[in-house]
Amino acid sequence: MDWQRVAAALFPGGHQIAAHDDLLSGTARCGDTELAVIGSTHHAEAGVEIALAMARLVIATVRDHPGRPILFLVDTSGQRLRHRDELLGINRYMAHLAQCVEVARQRGHTVVALVYDQALSGGFLASGMMADLCAALPDAEIRVMNLAAMARVTRLPEERLRALAATSPVFAPGAINYVRMGAIDALWEDDLAGHLACALRDAPTSDTRRALGQARGGRVLAAPVAARAATE
Amino acid sequence: MRSYYEATARERLAGILDAGSLREILPPTERITSPHLRALDLPTAFDDGVVIGEAALDGLPVLVAAQEGGFMGGAVGEVQGAKIVGLLERARDARVAGVVLLLESGGVRLQEANAGLIAVSEIIRAICAVRAAGIPVVAAIGGQYGCFGGMGIAAGCCSAVVMSEEGRLGLSGPEVIETAHGVDEFDSRDRALVWRTVGGKHRFLLGDCSLIVDDRQDAFRAAIAQALRRGDRLDLAAVEREHALLAARLDAYGQCADGEDIWRAMGFEAPQEVPMLATDVLVAATESRRAA
Repeated sequence: MDWQRVAAALFPGGHQIAAHDDLLSGTARCGDTELAVIGSTHHAEAGVEIALAMARLVIATVRDHPGRPILFLVDTSGQRLRHRDELLGINRYMAHLAQCVEVARQRGHTVVALVYDQALSGGFLASGMMADLCAALPDAEIRVMNLAAMARVTRLPEERLRALAATSPVFAPGAINYVRMGAIDALWEDDLAGHLACALRDAPTSDTRRALGQARGGRVLAAPVAARAATE
Repeated sequence: MRSYYEATARERLAGILDAGSLREILPPTERITSPHLRALDLPTAFDDGVVIGEAALDGLPVLVAAQEGGFMGGAVGEVQGAKIVGLLERARDARVAGVVLLLESGGVRLQEANAGLIAVSEIIRAICAVRAAGIPVVAAIGGQYGCFGGMGIAAGCCSAVVMSEEGRLGLSGPEVIETAHGVDEFDSRDRALVWRTVGGKHRFLLGDCSLIVDDRQDAFRAAIAQALRRGDRLDLAAVEREHALLAARLDAYGQCADGEDIWRAMGFEAPQEVPMLATDVLVAATESRRAA
């Protein structure tokens, strides 16, 4: 999915978002609200540079525009699988981005994310999955890894995983399964601008994903186990 | 059990906590096991591979979680993740000096795929929220399986990381990188290369772990207590400092191809000898360079 088409649908009145290599940044208006938009495109490999660049954009928004909501536009093929990134400590760069999002939340910035294309594992943890509310387009591809690779790593037969994926959201890739498990608030179809306005208004400030997963029947143990661990 | 590396999760807790102070929460007698592993006819564990509880460490009231590398390499599933998240939420209501996470994990438990990924995400977010409330979260890494995947990000979100030389910390494990880009990109069987890239000494030299200790339980205990007493708060000033540090690192070492190149750039005239340095010598050499 082309980010410009998504941006045009989200912001029918126009926007000032630009792509620099794989990084998206800029501002746009949703109704009367000015937003900071941060994202990636071309199925960006999330390496140390893009994590640092996104962190810089979050910090600049918090410092220079207190309270301005932030929209993440997510399209990543996952963390960059290179020796150099590991040597430099890519886990800490990702952690830094995650912490910047947390600081934005603590200082009253609503953070919404939209997975408009791909969201694979490591690249998604520090951005979209840190948002107050994360949504996805219906065709978005969200997964840890594909079933063939999962079969190889876990040494489980691929047919077995395919059979389970047909009935269980736990194994099947795809945005709808993340909706059932509570990690994606909703799939946005048609009126993207309207969905965004609602999300900015309704985004929760605490992590409600476990409760959503339980209510939707896709992840029923996380909420009660966490509640017991917190209180017993 | 004197060695931290060789100890199980429960032995580590016995080694680092004040004697008899641990009250385990959701102990194995509760038999809360993973439904997803059962669906695959795989063995389950009555604690799902993590011990959580309330305890004291050097007299400090703490909440503690210890991942068991012996169960699926410490990988995080729905139940294990929920136990850690619940413990972290407890910290915000309890009067504790901090949360101690004894991490040993390959990251997401692939047998629980989506549920594992979401669980890791909830852990990361919960760690950040606890730190934003001014409560330190201290991670210890020194086990056989290291700390990788999303749990490597979780460690990076902690107030402080304590490691031994034997510990390894990263995002993608060497085998994963070798599978993706071949043996010339990262030879996962070259142990020296692996340690120069993700091992405790390199992490200490870069500052990714703030305290490096010998592989002894009492050494981990003392360092964790020291880190807890430093206190911590995640706020704008903290991420601005972190940003300056990580930007400077990329400027200084972004072109380096090997750990030795980075150590040379740091001022070690004989970087090939760094892996042989005793921990206390390494710490002294690093402190003098940082001071200079």
